[in-house]
Amino acid sequence: MFRTLTTAAALALSLFGGVAHAQQGPLRIEITEGVIEPLPFALPTFSGGGQVAGDISRLIAADLSGTGLFREIPSSAFISNVASFDAPVAYNDWKAINAQALITGNVIQQGNRITVQFRLFDVFSGQPLGDGLQFAGTTDTWRRMAHKVADAVYSRITGEGPYFDSRVVHVLESGPKDRRVKRLAIMDYDGANTQYLTTGSDLVLAPRFSPKGNQILYTSYQSGFPRIYLLNTANMQTRGLDQQPGTMTFAPRFSPDGRTVVFSLEQGGNSDIYTLDTQSGQRRQLTNSPSIETGPSFSPDGRQIVFESDRSGESQIYVMSAGGGEARRISAGSGRYNTPVWSPRGDMIAFTKQSEGRFHIGVMRTDGSEERLLTSSFLDEGPTWAPNGRVLMFTRESAGASGEPALYSVDISGRNLKRVPTQGGASDPDWSPLLP
Amino acid sequence: MSFLPKALMLVAVLGVAACNNPNRFGAGGAGAGADGAYGANGAYGQGGVGSVGTSGLGDPNDPNSQAYFSQRVGDRILFNYDQATLNDEGRQVLAGQAQWLNSHPGYAIIVEGHADEKGTREYNLALGARRASSAQDFLISQGVAPSRIRTVSYGKERPAATCSEESCYAQNRRAVTVLQAGAGA
Repeated sequence: MFRTLTTAAALALSLFGGVAHAQQGPLRIEITEGVIEPLPFALPTFSGGGQVAGDISRLIAADLSGTGLFREIPSSAFISNVASFDAPVAYNDWKAINAQALITGNVIQQGNRITVQFRLFDVFSGQPLGDGLQFAGTTDTWRRMAHKVADAVYSRITGEGPYFDSRVVHVLESGPKDRRVKRLAIMDYDGANTQYLTTGSDLVLAPRFSPKGNQILYTSYQSGFPRIYLLNTANMQTRGLDQQPGTMTFAPRFSPDGRTVVFSLEQGGNSDIYTLDTQSGQRRQLTNSPSIETGPSFSPDGRQIVFESDRSGESQIYVMSAGGGEARRISAGSGRYNTPVWSPRGDMIAFTKQSEGRFHIGVMRTDGSEERLLTSSFLDEGPTWAPNGRVLMFTRESAGASGEPALYSVDISGRNLKRVPTQGGASDPDWSPLLP
Repeated sequence: MSFLPKALMLVAVLGVAACNNPNRFGAGGAGAGADGAYGANGAYGQGGVGSVGTSGLGDPNDPNSQAYFSQRVGDRILFNYDQATLNDEGRQVLAGQAQWLNSHPGYAIIVEGHADEKGTREYNLALGARRASSAQDFLISQGVAPSRIRTVSYGKERPAATCSEESCYAQNRRAVTVLQAGAGA
């Protein structure tokens, strides 16, 4: 498990080539504003030959095109090819086919190690955009190196943080609707490299990554009752947290420093929010109300917690200090609000909204203003943020006895709604931080 | 709260894990055999299936049988949308359950709370727990010893009916009382 992560530590990031200027020229996409036309780019197959050079080239292009912000120009339209990685760029040939960005690269293979080099050019201003970079690692991490290249290109052009080199923990579902078998699994953000974490012998729900991505919190019926567990992905060891007889624990999430877990504890039919220090085992009750308090999520600075409560009659979203105390309601619209999740950028809260028989994924400012619903379906729920806070992934379930859950992603602008490939029915995604 | 001794409780837990399919006494279920009933429980895998005996449900005409409890007394009560308040019919069924349990002290019970699919996963877990607790409180008020009762919520994870219409949702918003033979003595 996470062997790729270990080798990933060996992924070297280094500068090479001449001096280039990080410039903010015309080659720029503003994600939050209306993009009418995806930005056309050319990506000649990286030199160096071999299947892996072609695979890496195609994956970089797929990452970029998959955002909906970029459009790949087919190689059949190319006027010139890139003779060698270090050859001067024939800008006019790329201008002529309206390529605004040009990505060139080279793959060096030595035994089971590869080095991927790339450069990004702003065709219309006739200059490199940022320095050339190279990534090195073992051949089996080629997908990660491709994601790293695509992340660099995406970040330089959009000014946003990267997110392609990341993973998603989720629940894979099989079997009929009244007897679903659920297994925890991890995959790359694009659905590749799925690895199962549990066998399916116990019902498992809602996994969530630790801030470093090396531990996963989840809820399991292993004991016959819902309880929260902590899985260490390095050694696959699992331990139960806060096992109190006669209680149910669920909805766990880590604090940003990874030391504290915030979760719901139910006793006598009433659910409240608690924190648990994972080192000392000390438990602290943050809410004390006869209503349902659940779905807690820390702000990225660790100082506040957003959660849902039906204390007003129907579920709404509230924010309180990380130490508990007075909570202020931030959701104001009609309908039920659930599963609030603080953006890793700190600027927004994503949520599930149920209104007039439909479910929506939405975002709002942390004070509840500027609510926008991004999706609408029979059943959408449980958004999770991409590491850059610009894309959400969530569960969409279809109706009826043969209904099946699937993972979808959508930009916070509401654009680029698409299904994420998974190994069968899937639910409860949680997006990892960017891999190191 | 006092609970059963741990070892005993573990038996009860394994028991519920093994026979927790709420449909096991469903239509024509009186003849619940190993295949149709327990074997169908995919959620708990082989471990649970292997640990279950196939006897003991008995004849629904035998007032001392589990089948009688689930079918004649009624093992489940229903709730309105997003509610955990007992209605008259629910109280009546629970009163019958309490009466039966009070005269059959050899059984402990697990009350399972469930929700329909029109809610988010974790909210529904909390809602299911509320429903199970409502049933539990009423059973206690009718003289069933608290030490004989445990609750569990399945949220929307184990629907009794799988269509996406109110006719199914109404069946899924439920609390089901599951007998634990030999665990409450």
